[in-house]
Amino acid sequence: MHDAFRKAGIIIIIAGLGLFTASLWMSHFTLQEKSLEEGLNNEYHYRMTAPFLVSMQGKTFSNSFAFNRALHKALEQGQEAINNDLRENRGLGPSDSEYWSLTLQDYAIQSVKLPVTRASVGGFLPQNAGFVGLSVLLLLLAGSLLYFYPDLKRIPGIANNGTFKSGWQNRGWPGILLGGYLTAFYIALYFFPEHLTGWIMLVDPLSHYLNGNPASQWFMYGLLYTLVIAVMGVRMLLRYRHNAYQLWRTLSVMFFQTCFAFLLPQLLAALNRPAPDLKNIWPLDYSFFFDYRIDEMISSGTFGFFLLFWGIALMLIGVPVFTYFFGKRWYCSWVCGCGGLAETLGDPFRQLSDKSLGAWRIERWLIHLVLVFAVVMTIAVLYAYLPTEGPGLTGRRFFVLSSLLLLIAIGLIWFYNQKAGAGLPVRTVQIGTVVALFVIGIGGWRLISGESYLYFLDHYRLRSWYGFLVGSVFAGVVGTGFYPLMGNRVWCRFGCPLAAYLGLVQRIRSRFRITTNGGQCISCGNCSAYCEMGIDVRAYAQKGQDILRSSCVGCGICAAVCPRGVLKLENGSADISERATALRAIHISETEVRLLD
Amino acid sequence: MRIIIIGNGISGATAARFIRKWSDHSITMISAESDYFFSRTALMYVYMGDLRLKDTRPYPPEFWKKNNIQLIKARVTGFDKDTKTVALDTGQQLSYDKLIIATGSTPRFFGWPGQELEGVRGLYSLQDLEYIEKYSKDLKRAVVVGGGLIGIELAEMLHSRGIPLTFLVREKHYWDNILPPEESAMVTRHILDNGIDLRLDTALQSIIDNGTGRVEAVQTDKGEQIKCGFVGITTGVQPNIDWIRNSELECEHGILVDDQLQTNLPDVYAIGDCAQLRQAQPGRKAIEAVWYTGRMMGETLAFTICKKPKAYRPGIWFNSAKFFHLEYQVYGSVPASLPTDQDTLYWEHPDGKKSLRINFYRSSQVVSGFQAMGIRLRHEVCEKWLKNEALLEEVLPNLALANFDPEFYRRHEKDIVKLFNQRFGKNIRLQPRRNILNKVYQFLKS
Repeated sequence: MHDAFRKAGIIIIIAGLGLFTASLWMSHFTLQEKSLEEGLNNEYHYRMTAPFLVSMQGKTFSNSFAFNRALHKALEQGQEAINNDLRENRGLGPSDSEYWSLTLQDYAIQSVKLPVTRASVGGFLPQNAGFVGLSVLLLLLAGSLLYFYPDLKRIPGIANNGTFKSGWQNRGWPGILLGGYLTAFYIALYFFPEHLTGWIMLVDPLSHYLNGNPASQWFMYGLLYTLVIAVMGVRMLLRYRHNAYQLWRTLSVMFFQTCFAFLLPQLLAALNRPAPDLKNIWPLDYSFFFDYRIDEMISSGTFGFFLLFWGIALMLIGVPVFTYFFGKRWYCSWVCGCGGLAETLGDPFRQLSDKSLGAWRIERWLIHLVLVFAVVMTIAVLYAYLPTEGPGLTGRRFFVLSSLLLLIAIGLIWFYNQKAGAGLPVRTVQIGTVVALFVIGIGGWRLISGESYLYFLDHYRLRSWYGFLVGSVFAGVVGTGFYPLMGNRVWCRFGCPLAAYLGLVQRIRSRFRITTNGGQCISCGNCSAYCEMGIDVRAYAQKGQDILRSSCVGCGICAAVCPRGVLKLENGSADISERATALRAIHISETEVRLLD
Repeated sequence: MRIIIIGNGISGATAARFIRKWSDHSITMISAESDYFFSRTALMYVYMGDLRLKDTRPYPPEFWKKNNIQLIKARVTGFDKDTKTVALDTGQQLSYDKLIIATGSTPRFFGWPGQELEGVRGLYSLQDLEYIEKYSKDLKRAVVVGGGLIGIELAEMLHSRGIPLTFLVREKHYWDNILPPEESAMVTRHILDNGIDLRLDTALQSIIDNGTGRVEAVQTDKGEQIKCGFVGITTGVQPNIDWIRNSELECEHGILVDDQLQTNLPDVYAIGDCAQLRQAQPGRKAIEAVWYTGRMMGETLAFTICKKPKAYRPGIWFNSAKFFHLEYQVYGSVPASLPTDQDTLYWEHPDGKKSLRINFYRSSQVVSGFQAMGIRLRHEVCEKWLKNEALLEEVLPNLALANFDPEFYRRHEKDIVKLFNQRFGKNIRLQPRRNILNKVYQFLKS
């Protein structure tokens, strides 16, 4: 009976996904030259390109791939014609800076494709977008609810039976297929959004309704993201309805995604205000200090200044204070959008995280390197943005200020770490200190010697590399696309610079810890297997050692799956150092053995 | 010194680990069952698909190499106390200076007719699990015999695969020789809620052959025949010592050991399920086949071998289990029937799915045991109360110290104290719960 619901649910979900995917092929495309003219927004570029559009004129392409192939070819020909023109008639070449301001650059070609594709659309979908969109939504909702229904009938309790025998949860072909689909989606979203025109059209009506503008690919993604968290959140709520911690946590991520990440920005956009996600914090929100964001905030009056103040306050005060009281979980598994997706859509894949020591070694280097990258990139960008002289904050003063902040941070780590017996190894802190001093030293040296780029690279290139490598590939393609292959927290564990920052605070100075319950551990391994961060929880639990790890996001699943009630997430100001030492108490009732240990 | 450990379960592995911690003796651990130490209590999760076998290994394979503990997969056929050698089924002979026997248990069968048929098996070892896995295929019905901890595990396992099963329990209620009536009734209800065909007060009489040496059905003492393709025998375990019966090792039910876990032979020790204490501690059994005592024995013996002789003192009894979704914990002594000099405070949630029991002496009011169903208790706090012979009236106001449920869980201390006040006409008030963890630490240090 229950299996019938699951099967029916799966079939309907696949039908919904099928229709959703098929909607990308439900339009045809006829070039609207006006949209290209507007999109290029450069009379010269358009005039030089126009002759190459002849072959596309009046021609109807059956899909976005063929259309964009032709469009791309025409634009490339236009680019070549422009380059020839610049060379022959104006004597300009790549070594001249004027050449670069006049030529048709690659990124302009790339970014004009989506608006042109959207404007050139015709056929079935444009007339029926609302209908198809609703059908997809209803199919996916109905399928999911049918699939979840047996969970409601089940006796409340942990339901991990069959996890490692499931093809889609244990890297079988359904899992690989799903991973491929998700990865393809992220690659398209970040690098080829013109092929997602069909999906953007599906959500167009809602975008018009909410903020009065046509949907962008980011609106489509945001809506999809919110819906997925809502639907898979319902799954979590049903699955863990015996566990109040899981219920509140899941409701929290659903709330923050729906209200803070989705609705509030829509409202602000409708009011013509800057519309950031108010719970997104630098350095996860790596563009917070980019010129266009700051300009936008500064030009928006009081509200803009509030946003600037809010963002900086969250980063400098909110993160350390909240993390001190509750551990990094207050953000990572209660508020964060990436965390929200990981805890809902990603929950079926949490057991796929790598628990090996090797993975931990890579994790520690990689995540902190990304943090360093984010810091360096932001300092470089802000230095270049700020005026060179004047009464206010100049680039120079800013550099001194951020160096001071870094030194204070390092000082705090040294100061507090010495006190905690369970603190970071001294070598780790030394490495961190040396890296911070390098960041300050190199920047300072370049600044004094009057270089315009603090860290060698053009800050534009630095930030576009960061955006590409960290923002798109790591956070998106690998971070989410690889859920069914590497688990649901790959990004949070190996890449998120904010998680690194929160983790440092958690490790150095926080009331949060996972307590182990005396000698009750039976070393079964459920806690380690279901830890999404790849922490070998059992290694601590079986030694009676309280757990203090910078990567722990406090999802509480280890405590939930423990069959013997051994683990508990707790906050307390009492010193953890004694209780977090190795082999604190195995034979806990035998003081003799312990004393002589 | 060369130390040979026979058996790689929790007792043997703990001994090895601590001997290495405290010495650089040569350590060899021999097992015929598995390549690496795994958590026996987690075998059920492997069958149910919650875990893979490798997830149940408490230490990664590198651990043994790194700690220079040699692992041999072979069956020990015997040992010679004079030449101090161990013989393996591979023909190999290994010499030892100290021999530690930690061979665990085997399922106990009671000589039922047909118990040797194909499709009849206990659940203890990895091989048992593989056997059950094999017979689960296309299984129409299974019968599980024996209402103890392994019986309910096996029932849960088969149930997780949707295999119809009949659960024969000889007692009037599930595990009522260990659990007091209320808890026993609660678990019984939970088993039924899960849709298990539970037959209480029903014993196995014989197992019927289908003519080819395979099980066809079981016959119960109620005169019923139940057709089935698999019979799981979970009527307890016994020390795994058949292989040693003919040696000079003194055995009764298990290998007899003294206070320091030494057998009657020099330099031969026995720990864990297979060991039987000549003199058990008051209120304790001579054989306690549980994970925790195995671990403590391993640790104590390692201390004796590496440092100085130490008597095995398991301290205050504790245990835990999970019956389907119902968690159970016990600290101290909570027997099935209350001794006459003791009284009990039993609170049960109206939904019948949570309870807390505190036993205490009538005359002195000193607490003697804690038992919780569906509530988690803090081991160290309960233990300290028991060790300190705390009075019930000292315990109750501070009950929150002992709670180990996850955050946001509904707390029941108020109801429990109210129940006590009503029953005994007292007016005990709960201490505030603010900053509870610090209070716990303060209490533990005091």
